[in-house]
Amino acid sequence: MNVINITTPLTEGARKKLKAGDEVSLTGTILSARDAAHKRLSDLIKKGKPLPLNLKDAVIYYAGPTPARPGSVIGSCGPTTSSRMDPFAPQLMRFGLGAMIGKGGRSGEVIDAIKKHKCVYFLAMGGVGALLSTKVKAAKVILYNDLGPEAIYKLEVKDFPLIVGIDSKGRDIYDKAGWKKK
Amino acid sequence: MREINVLKIREAVAELCLKANFELREDVLKALRAALKKENIPRAKDMLRAIIENARLAKKRRIAICQDTGFVSVFLEIGEDVVISGNIKEAINEGVEDAYKKGYLRKSVVSDPLLRKNTNTNTPCILNIDIVEGDRLRVIVSPKGFGSENKCAIKMFRPTDSEKNIINFVLDVVKNAGPDACPPLILGIGIGGTFDHAAHLSKKALLRSIEIRNKNKRFRSLEKDLLKAVNSLKIGPMGLGGKTTALGVNVEEFSTHISGLPVAVGVSCHATRSAQKIL
Repeated sequence: MNVINITTPLTEGARKKLKAGDEVSLTGTILSARDAAHKRLSDLIKKGKPLPLNLKDAVIYYAGPTPARPGSVIGSCGPTTSSRMDPFAPQLMRFGLGAMIGKGGRSGEVIDAIKKHKCVYFLAMGGVGALLSTKVKAAKVILYNDLGPEAIYKLEVKDFPLIVGIDSKGRDIYDKAGWKKK
Repeated sequence: MREINVLKIREAVAELCLKANFELREDVLKALRAALKKENIPRAKDMLRAIIENARLAKKRRIAICQDTGFVSVFLEIGEDVVISGNIKEAINEGVEDAYKKGYLRKSVVSDPLLRKNTNTNTPCILNIDIVEGDRLRVIVSPKGFGSENKCAIKMFRPTDSEKNIINFVLDVVKNAGPDACPPLILGIGIGGTFDHAAHLSKKALLRSIEIRNKNKRFRSLEKDLLKAVNSLKIGPMGLGGKTTALGVNVEEFSTHISGLPVAVGVSCHATRSAQKIL
């Protein structure tokens, strides 16, 4: 299968070209955020306060890495289960979020929001965090340092391997999976 | 009586936490290699190759196999003729803390389930103690990730229910986990005891090598039937299809009450980690 090279910021034009099942290689800047960071961002949105980061065409990676050993950029850094971020994802898409990276399936509400906002959901392979760490070239905590592993990191990645899980038309790779009968 | 100082236990726990997080279990690696030979979908083969390569890299660079370095459960099997001097609970938690600091492992434990403040030490751990014959002490460490832990389930069956009902329940649990729990999975099934003991047995089952079958013939055949049924779901690596949905199924059983049949399904990922040592 051909691998499609993409870069950040991931514009609507670039997102629309991707189809569920495509293999993608991502180079650029992505932001890590998982449960606790999502909760904080969501609380700000609910209170009508401005967000501390620009989400327009941004890529959020559901991940909480292990600490970097001295001399390395980052520790193990694979994806966490995306469905835990389902209650928050549509809110962030309203602020122009370009894509999400995680593992596993998403809810119907998230798929509808992806379609509406022409967003994309990428799958990264779970449980191979050592391997994925070799694709991260720089890492820096930019927000919520007090959350430790749940802080928001800015990650510079090169040739990060992904599969399009849900495309901007709302097509879900797992719909084709034979075991899913619901 | 043989005396063992808690410092020895602290050191053992630290050593085992590091080993478990950096070195994928040999039985799991072997099952992955066997699965790679059997799969014929290119994408499934790629995934299995990536998992094997990840294990090689983690061991070589002393970097965690998975960023979710887990919530640690420690199992102590204490011989009746062993006397432990010192504070066991404290020593074990210190051993975990030492390893997670020294090994650059992620601290994933929050002090209070509702307030959710990170303890920054990956402690407390869960301590399970069993008393066995002899003058030895076995220390087993199992750091478990929560991607799979979140998919575990328990059901209290009727005493008149059969293996068929159990298999259907396990299939439902595995389908519900889908791609989220990082298949190919390893399943630990606890059957019997009480509500809580069945869950304990399911975790114990995950500690046993997947190459070793249950000693009891009926449970051995249930393990075989379960593995076959689960793999017939074709969820495959990452849930994208394939013959390998589970690498192994281990059953642990215990006596139970005339009115019930508790069954716990411990779901674990392809990075199922544990390590042990005898003192």
